[in-house]
Formats: sequence, structure tokens, C-alpha cells
Amino acid sequence: MQIEELRLDGNAVGGILREVFTHEMTNVLATCVGCGSKGRIAELLQYAHPMGVVLRCPTCDRAEVRIVRTSTFYCVDIAGVQLLMTPESVSPATGE
Amino acid sequence: MADQPFIARGFRRRSPATGDAPRVPPGQYETKDFPVLSAGPTPRTPLSTWDFTIRDTDGRAARWSWDEFQKLPRDNPTVDIHCVTKWSKLGTRWEGVSVDTLLAAAAAQGAGTGPFALAFCDGGYTTNLSLADVTGGKAWVAFGYDGAALPPEHGGPARLLVPHLYFWKSAKWVRGLQFLLSDQPGFWEQHGHHDRGDPWREQRYQGDP
Amino acid sequence: MSSVIKAIPDAVAPPRLEWRVASVVDARDETPRAKTLVLDVPQWPGHRAGQHVDVRLVAEDGYQGQRSYSIASPPEDETVTLTVERLADGEVSPYLVELRPGDGLELRGPIGGHFVWNVAVGGPLLLVGGGSGVVPLMAMLRHYARADAAARAAVPVRLLYSARTADDVFYRAELAQLADQPLVDVVFTFTRGAPPAWTGYRRRIDRAMVEAVSWSPAAAPRAYVCGPTSLVESVATLLVDLGHAASLVRTERFGPTG
Repeated sequence: MQIEELRLDGNAVGGILREVFTHEMTNVLATCVGCGSKGRIAELLQYAHPMGVVLRCPTCDRAEVRIVRTSTFYCVDIAGVQLLMTPESVSPATGE
Repeated sequence: MADQPFIARGFRRRSPATGDAPRVPPGQYETKDFPVLSAGPTPRTPLSTWDFTIRDTDGRAARWSWDEFQKLPRDNPTVDIHCVTKWSKLGTRWEGVSVDTLLAAAAAQGAGTGPFALAFCDGGYTTNLSLADVTGGKAWVAFGYDGAALPPEHGGPARLLVPHLYFWKSAKWVRGLQFLLSDQPGFWEQHGHHDRGDPWREQRYQGDP
Repeated sequence: MSSVIKAIPDAVAPPRLEWRVASVVDARDETPRAKTLVLDVPQWPGHRAGQHVDVRLVAEDGYQGQRSYSIASPPEDETVTLTVERLADGEVSPYLVELRPGDGLELRGPIGGHFVWNVAVGGPLLLVGGGSGVVPLMAMLRHYARADAAARAAVPVRLLYSARTADDVFYRAELAQLADQPLVDVVFTFTRGAPPAWTGYRRRIDRAMVEAVSWSPAAAPRAYVCGPTSLVESVATLLVDLGHAASLVRTERFGPTG
């Protein structure tokens, strides 16, 4: 089984992202600080690792978001990504 | 953070704790599988360009190409491995060069060590280890598993093997050890995981004693 | 850290994502391996087609299993429906397919803001699903079916559904009914074994099939692709290679088994 067949995307971690950010994050626009490519968090690639969430740029593979959650803390690293969060992108009620 | 949970009647983990209890650290469960876990895509380094480097705290380096590496004396350790995600696999069979052998060969080339090491890998993964944790017969650079070449999804061409620590320390796709004067946290250690990772003390996260 | 975060007014903050205990209202066979569960979720805030829930099982010893399941029901339903396929080496799915009416199930949701569609977004709408990837697409189709005639007339819909065999097809009868609508087409392809006298596709989705089923890029269809990772990535790549704008293709990967 190839690791690439196991990968998911940012849709799959919508739940933990809601825990951390208290907003729906999957349609937030993310710019990779490594290569500059832009996409929605839903489009980032997740190599589902039980030690933590790692979301990577689909263009350059750079780790954009890393989250480790334990019973006593969250460690959140979004240094690899610039996020544009607008009311349209975080409200579940609107059309897009 | 946890509320009073709703208990799902009759739900239990798939593989109950079995196996040789003294060999399975606290909180772990034995598995016969070998789960494939990765935090990134599989690097595909051709053997023609692969090398392994030991670099000491003064920047002096010893380097081996794949062919040179294959000429070093090798071991066939059989070890138990323990993943922080709670599975343990007993009696795994490996082939590789012990880090003691590498450090002796590196010394002959003028490259020393340091109190701490950072393992660096294709794909950017890193993990930190103390000198004590990679010497004295405790660590290998392994290129064979279960009688065959180590497959890429399990870290091939070569991975670090440090079975006395949680398996995230056994860095896949390893390309070298950079020795340092102070401990520098690697990929998971920067994000909440323990700097040492001793499964017998359940050192899973930063702050665990 | 190089992130710039704009301030979000409180007025648009969505409700907190809480774990709630739903009760099973109905549990029925969907296929020999899959069950459809209809759930009554207390204080359910409503959802959009394409969203999912996280389900959590806590054992008496504290061990937890958590998985995500796409919502199969449209936003118009008051209950929340999931379709769960029992995986041979699964830990959560074998438990879920044994649930009976009256049982409780802890979940949170709805989750998802990108892989969502509603009829106001428009079309043409191309839905490509493999295996259980059809579940969120079915929510979209069911939502479409509940829209008024004028809204439906504006959006032609095509579903390309890849399944192993006819026995693995979810919602078979309902899809046949939906396909009777003038603007709805449902195309199956079977990858392991087709029914007797089957004259349709019998292979994995490939470029020729995508090209035949999809509208041309000039029609600017909105595409939603869901299922096993390998199917999703290959279909998304094919659509872009055929000239569709990447921004009109939305994907949801379900991992190796889909």
C-alpha cells in the first residue's frame, strides 16, 4: 500500500480545526509561505498520522499546518501558511 | 477538556492486549501488523544519489555512498518496537549497520560526535536523540527488514532503528546524523511530543516526566 | 509566524461544535455490507449537502475510536442519515452496522465548508463517486430532488458512480427514480463484476469515460469527486487535463478503501 493512496485532505480534519479555531476552516484560503500557491484548506493534503495532523501544500509538499492534541494541550503550528479568513469563508450558512 | 463521555455499550478496541506482557510497555497493545504511518509523501531517492553523513559539532563530516555503506560490517538485530500510537510489534527482524560502527568509522575519517544528535531525512523529517541513546548497541541504520530490502513505505532505502525509544525516533528515509552541543527538537518534538520518548516511562508528550 | 488573521464579527460565528448523543431511529440494510442509519440528533443546527459528522465511540475502559461519516440526507430532512459500510478490519464500522433503533451514538457536526453544494450555487453539476464516496453526493442529489421545479430546471445533474459490483451499489432504487427526471443522468461503472446483460461500463474510471460523461469545459460544470484517494486524484487530474478549471473541481478523499 503506497503512502499516497492513504492520504486524505483538509476536509477530513474539519472537526479538529473547528476545535482549535472555533470556526469552520475548510474553505479558508491558505497561501503556502514556501511556494506561494493558494488553495482552500480542504485542498491541502493530509498524510493521516495518528501522532498529529499534518497538512501539506499540494504543490510543494511543505508542511503548512501541524496540530498535536493531547488531553492537556493543543500544539498548533500554522507557520507554513498564511490564512485569509473572511465572514463568507467561515459562516456555514452562506452559499459558498 | 473532556466532558463525561457517553459509553458506547459493547464497543471495544479491535485487538485486545495480548502477548508477552513483560515485553509490552505500559499502555501498549501488541500487533502482528506493521502499520504504515507517514507525515508526508514517500521520498524516492535513487541509490545512485543516496548517501549517509555523520557531521560533528565542528562541522567535520564523514560520508558513505550506498556502495560504501553496504561494505561496512552489518548486524541482524531482532528487536521489539513500540509506536507512541500504542501498538507494539515484537520480534521484528532487521539488517543494518550499527551506529557504533558508523561512529568508529567516522572517527577514523576525523569526524567526532557531540552530546546530542539530530537525525535528518529525505522529505525533511527530523528527530532528536542523545548520544547515549544511539550508542552502546542501541541504534542502527537499517536497510533490511524481515529478510528483504526495506520497502520505501517503511523507510527504505534506509531508516534509523532505535528500538528502546518510541518508534517515531526511528526516523524513516534517514540521510545522516548531525551532532550538536545542545538538544534541538525535531519534527514531532517541536509540536508537543517528548524529547526523549522512553516507552517504559510513557514519555509521549512534552511535560511527561 | 507569518499569518495575518482578519477579525471575524461575532454575528457570523457558527454554533460551537459540541458532541451530542443522537438516537437511532431506523437502521436498515443498504447492501449486504452497508447499513443506513437514520438518527435523531438533539438540537441539530441543520447542515449543507456534502458535510459530514464525526462519530465517537468510547469503550468502558476509556478507549476511543473516532471516524468521520458523510451525511447522506439532504438539509430538508429533520433527521440525519448516514450510510456505513462494514470494513473487514474495521474497528468502528462493525459496531455501527450493528446499531438498532433506540441505541445512542455520539457525534458532532455538521463539519465542512468547501465540499458542499446547494441548488442556488447552480450547475451543470457533475458528481463522481467511488464506493462510499457516493454518500455526500447523494445528499446533494436528494437536496436537488427537493428543490422546486424552476430551480431544478436550471441545473442539469450527472452522477458517475463506480462500484465493485451491483450488490455494492447504495441507493439503487432511489437512483433509478432520480434518473427518470429529465435533467438527471446516472451512469454506473462496475469494476469487479457487472450484472448479467449489462451493456454499460465495466472498468475503472478513465479519461475516455470522464470525457464521455462530463460536459465540455465550455459549459463550466461544477464537479464534486469523492471516494478512494486514488480514484479522486485520478479523476480530478483528468478533469483538469480535459480543460476544466481547477477551481470548479472539488474533491474529498476517503483514504485507501473509500
